[in-house]
Amino acid sequence: MIRETYLNALTLGLFVLIPAWALFADEPFTITLMTRAAIFAIAAIGLNIALGIGGLVSLGHAVFFGIGGYAMGILAYHAQTYTALAEWPVLIDGTKSMPIIWLVAVLVSSLAALVIGALSLRTAGVYFIMITLAFGQMFFFFTISWAEYGGEDGLSIYVRNGFPGLNTLAPIQFYGLCFVILCLVLLFTWRLSKSPFGLALNAARQAPVRVETVGLDPTRLKLVAFVISGAITGLAGALFADLNRFVSPTMFSWQTSGEIMIFLILGGVGRLYGPVVGALAFVALEHWLGGLSDYWHIYLGILLLLIVLFGRGGLIGLASGKEAVHD
Amino acid sequence: MTDPVLQTRDICKSFGALRASRNISLDLKVGEIHAIIGPNGAGKTTLIGQICGTLKPDSGAVYLRGEDVTGLATRERAQLGLGRTFQISSLAMEDTVLQNAVLGALGATANPWRFWGDVLKDKDLRTRAEEALHRVGLQDHALTRTAELSHGQRRQLEVAVALTKQPRAFVMDEPMAGMGSEGSKRLTGFLDELRAEAPILLVEHDMDAVFALADRISVLVYGEVIATGTVEEIRADAAVREAYLGEDA
Amino acid sequence: MSFLLLIEQVLNGLQFGIMLFLMAAGLTLIFGVMGLINLAHGSLYMIGAFCAAAVAAATGSFLLGLVAALAGAAAAGALVELVVIRRLYDKDHLDQVLATFALILIFSEGTRWVFGSFPLFLDVPDFLSGPVTLPGGIEYPLYRLTLIVIGLLVALGLYMLISRTRLGIQIRAGENDREMIAALGIDIARLYTIVFALGAALAGLAGALVGAIQSVQVGMGEPVLILAFVVIVIGGIGSIKGALVGAVLVGLTDTLGGIFLPEALKLFLDPSTATSVGSSLASMAIYILMAAVLILRPAGLFGARA
Repeated sequence: MIRETYLNALTLGLFVLIPAWALFADEPFTITLMTRAAIFAIAAIGLNIALGIGGLVSLGHAVFFGIGGYAMGILAYHAQTYTALAEWPVLIDGTKSMPIIWLVAVLVSSLAALVIGALSLRTAGVYFIMITLAFGQMFFFFTISWAEYGGEDGLSIYVRNGFPGLNTLAPIQFYGLCFVILCLVLLFTWRLSKSPFGLALNAARQAPVRVETVGLDPTRLKLVAFVISGAITGLAGALFADLNRFVSPTMFSWQTSGEIMIFLILGGVGRLYGPVVGALAFVALEHWLGGLSDYWHIYLGILLLLIVLFGRGGLIGLASGKEAVHD
Repeated sequence: MTDPVLQTRDICKSFGALRASRNISLDLKVGEIHAIIGPNGAGKTTLIGQICGTLKPDSGAVYLRGEDVTGLATRERAQLGLGRTFQISSLAMEDTVLQNAVLGALGATANPWRFWGDVLKDKDLRTRAEEALHRVGLQDHALTRTAELSHGQRRQLEVAVALTKQPRAFVMDEPMAGMGSEGSKRLTGFLDELRAEAPILLVEHDMDAVFALADRISVLVYGEVIATGTVEEIRADAAVREAYLGEDA
Repeated sequence: MSFLLLIEQVLNGLQFGIMLFLMAAGLTLIFGVMGLINLAHGSLYMIGAFCAAAVAAATGSFLLGLVAALAGAAAAGALVELVVIRRLYDKDHLDQVLATFALILIFSEGTRWVFGSFPLFLDVPDFLSGPVTLPGGIEYPLYRLTLIVIGLLVALGLYMLISRTRLGIQIRAGENDREMIAALGIDIARLYTIVFALGAALAGLAGALVGAIQSVQVGMGEPVLILAFVVIVIGGIGSIKGALVGAVLVGLTDTLGGIFLPEALKLFLDPSTATSVGSSLASMAIYILMAAVLILRPAGLFGARA
């Protein structure tokens, strides 16, 4: 049994030590894997706010991941082809600047989360799950038929976008950027979970009637949580697109939604570090099991099944011996 | 005599063929405890639902401090000063006792839109919550997880959460249910004092508590108020004896 | 845009909708009786298609293939219910989603492992191939017409099953009051396995029937599953009638939208823009329909709960 706090510190430590080792051992692929893990962790932290704290079982978070990705893809595509994104009513050019891309990714995915959330929150329970899944599929098919931006084939970006003062083409520098964002998002989520909003949202998950009775609107709390959640996952999508220098409708697929949820479940739902541990574990599994067998998803499925049936606390719960989340 | 704090006028509610509320007119005056009694299935829960805003009456109106609140949601009625406790505890079970109480205080501010500061370090909210816990005698359990509380303690916490809002009127749905005689006695004493602060509409099965506390009693049978009066009047009422107390005794 | 084309497209939409109904009926039945959301329903659809394709290829008989699809999917359904699903009834929706998602991974990769990644082909049998001339001189593929008829027969059969048989009484009791059926001395565990296997058989049948006009491949079930969810959201959860109406609405909207939206837009836009914008809009049409239903009737057209 390891105390959860140590386990969390250990996890962050791995995010520092492994890339550091990879840098000295000249293993750029390991750095790329760790970048992938950091980005997945950010995406899953986003979902954790909606699902872990707010209790919203969203199977459509690929929407925000994809929107982040396409925000990057479309802006960078126009920048690399020297075409305007829009000429009317104002001239909008593409950009290769990460901060601007991130801002657009966050804004557009928040907006999408607001619309999808407002519609989906008219219902609850299984309906919510089915509706979020359906909206994910809507974006998937929309991008497939969106010939202007590559349709089914997606968009390739030749050179990774830039960040002031960094050489993002160097794997370790891009990793550092993603890691810093991961830490900031973790800090934000930690503060959020302790904040008045966090308390109210937490209660809205457990006892919505109580929240209503003390004079607050549980649906509005959940909607705001869904928007924050979508924005963070959208940011992760933009980073993921930049990691691969490629976006395609796959980012919107239901499998992507499922995977984001798996990161969260592997680590432990509702725990601050759950998504981080889960994303790291997923990338490790993908790498090792994927190397052993082409059919590694079978093993992933079995592992997931075992966690659901026998160990709800995820890996953190197993290691710390505490199934339930409380502090 | 001032106007009633809480009032229902001719409210009716049917579920299909079942008429759960028939022209119910009740009021709750400053400083009183008004008990609602009646056999199971008499429509007490339906009545409370309409007063608190979880159910909408088919006709009739509910007034809170003179204002027609019939069309308002539960949370809006709460903001106007209606405090409610539930028959089946409705608390955030994974949270601590203190967190539940702080939630009540947060509700009173109507502003949960702060995303950064630690809510438990908010002096104002914390003071209010701790005062309320102290008043119901849960101060030593502030850091206990609500799920670990006994049945009776959860009832006390229900009352404490309602207290944090300093409501103008309380609606309490069987606060004594499942309490031991000791706890029941303590809560009786507490409610006795509380009425001076805000009047209480009390739905209760514990007749000892009702007769000890109530200034007035209304008897609800088959969705209809068959009698309203003081303890003595109700004890003496023939219709009540026949319809209700007779069966019970 | 001729009248004949319109009729043909309406029939196509109807055929698509009826196949969605077979999926949605099973899902909605399983949710209604057991309160379970089953993402792996698409896998059962896939299993039906693969069973049919494999047996039809080995025996040369399409009908034997259909029997294999029904039996295979029902057996897979019963097995999964016994091993995994019954542990999920008491768990929350999140656990159900995760466990059935895990089943998708296992089934999909397992099928890929056994059959490989290349699609299998299931041919329309000779006696059902070719067109048939409908009243009014409309030529329409006999096979698609058969699908419509089979689907409607299944709908009728389900209606009879639920309203007239002992099993149906138990199912209705299970939807209304779970403690009640235990009190009546009904073997709930057995009832649940039967209902799950029945839903699985319907999914398997749909998979096999559609497999003959599309290719049989891993991952074929999930897009249909998600459309079936849209059907349920529109029709109202737990309602077989809602599933039928929702399925036909979705089938028609999808098919007609894909044809008519680009045409309609050509009235306002130049042809190439109209085609691209129209097909984008058409791909979203059913979801817009779903959103509209959510705004007007959040519990679906035939949903019991408001």
